[in-house]
This record gives sequence, C-alpha cells and structure tokens, in this order.
Amino acid sequence: MSSNTSARRPYVRSMRGWWRRDRFFMVYMARELTAFAVLLYSVVLMVGVVRLSQGEAAWNGWLAALRSPWSVLVHLVFLLSMAVHAKSWFEIMPKTMPAMFIGGKRVAALTITRAGWAVTVLASIALLALACWGQS
Amino acid sequence: MKRSNSPIFWLLFGAGGMLAALFGTALVYITGVAVPLNFTPSSEMMNYTRIHAFAQHWIGKGFLFAVIALFAWHAVHRILCSLHDVGIHKTLGVKLLCYGCAMAITLVSAVSLLSLGF
Repeated sequence: MSSNTSARRPYVRSMRGWWRRDRFFMVYMARELTAFAVLLYSVVLMVGVVRLSQGEAAWNGWLAALRSPWSVLVHLVFLLSMAVHAKSWFEIMPKTMPAMFIGGKRVAALTITRAGWAVTVLASIALLALACWGQS
Repeated sequence: MKRSNSPIFWLLFGAGGMLAALFGTALVYITGVAVPLNFTPSSEMMNYTRIHAFAQHWIGKGFLFAVIALFAWHAVHRILCSLHDVGIHKTLGVKLLCYGCAMAITLVSAVSLLSLGF
C-alpha cells in the first residue's frame, strides 16, 4: 500500500515564472524591483560622500562620472523607479498603517494616499528650492 | 519566548521607504539628471565648496547619512522579501548578504561623513 503511494507522482504545478501569469503580479514585481534602484542610488551617493571626503579633485571626478551618458541613462531609470516607488508607497500605506480616525470617522484610504502624494510634491519642491538657494 | 528581531528591520524598511518616497525622486533628478545636464540656474550647484559646507553642517550631514543608510536598509529588506517570492528563501547566508550590504553602506558613509568634520 505504502509502496503504491510512494510510486505515485502527482502533478504539482510549477511556481516558475508565477509572476508572469497575471498583470497584477507583474505590477507587484515592478513595484518590488524599485528596491534595486533605491539600493544602487544609495551606493552612488555613498561613493559621492567618500569622494567628497577625499578632497576637491576626487569630488570633481565623481561629478564628471555623473555626466557620462551611461550614468544619465541609469539615473533616468532610477528617476522612473523612484516615482513608481513614491506612487505605490502611499497606495499601500493605508493598508499597512493602523486605522486613523478624525472626529470619530475612519479616514478613507484614498485620502491618506492623496495626502502622501501631496507631501511628496511639497518635499520635492522644498528640496529643489534648497538646491537652487543662493544660485542664479 | 525568544524576542523577534524583525521589528528593527521592519522599522528601518519603513523609515527608508518613507524617505525614498518623499525625497528620492527629487534627489535623483538633481544629482543624476539636472546637474549633469546643466538644467540648473548656475553650474555651481554641486561644486566642492558648496557641498563640502553642506556636509559639514550637522543638518546636511544628518540628511546625507539618513538618506544613504536608510535607502540601503529599506532596499535590502525589500529585496530579501522579494527573493523569497522567486524561490530564494531567507536562509542565514542570504540574510547576512542582504543586511551585510546595508551595514557596509552605513559604516562607509558614516566614516566618510564624520571625517569631513563639523
């Protein structure tokens, strides 16, 4: 009896390429892939800080490296990934944070998401303003 | 019961994700696109004197450290969880590789930023 069961080879559906089966899964994977952009950009900035600590010539070398066409191309991919990350981060936020109540009523998920996006726009403007501060 | 260490990694993941969502896009645009392509009011935006002064101030230093370190911790935690989805499971080696990467980035940036002085 037992030898009979062990001889059976029931069909088990493979999980290979599971995320290509459905659009929802593909969006999920695209969202998770943004982590690679975040990691690589962190490394780019880390190298920048290291070069800064090594003096002016080293710093200018880092700036020159950033001007190469490959670097700009990679940073355009980072830019897109960061935007996808910001968009999805606040879409997920209502599901990950504890329920929020204002005046006894639960704050709608869409309100939280939109508030997050609004803060991102403000933070981006503030950062650009800071970068331009005292220039021109 | 042994206490779980996952809240620490989750906290770093959350903090880094929030920082990346708020500032990531504008930062990448400034350092990776606008400055290299001269889309800026002047070519001095990221010159040595200016950035050196920024990194010496405690606010600038803190911001740079938070961005670099938390981006790294956010990313490795997310990558670790996604690797599970493609069949690479959270064994000790994989965890050490992921979190070790973030730890290395944290330490290197901390040492460099501190060596710039205040």
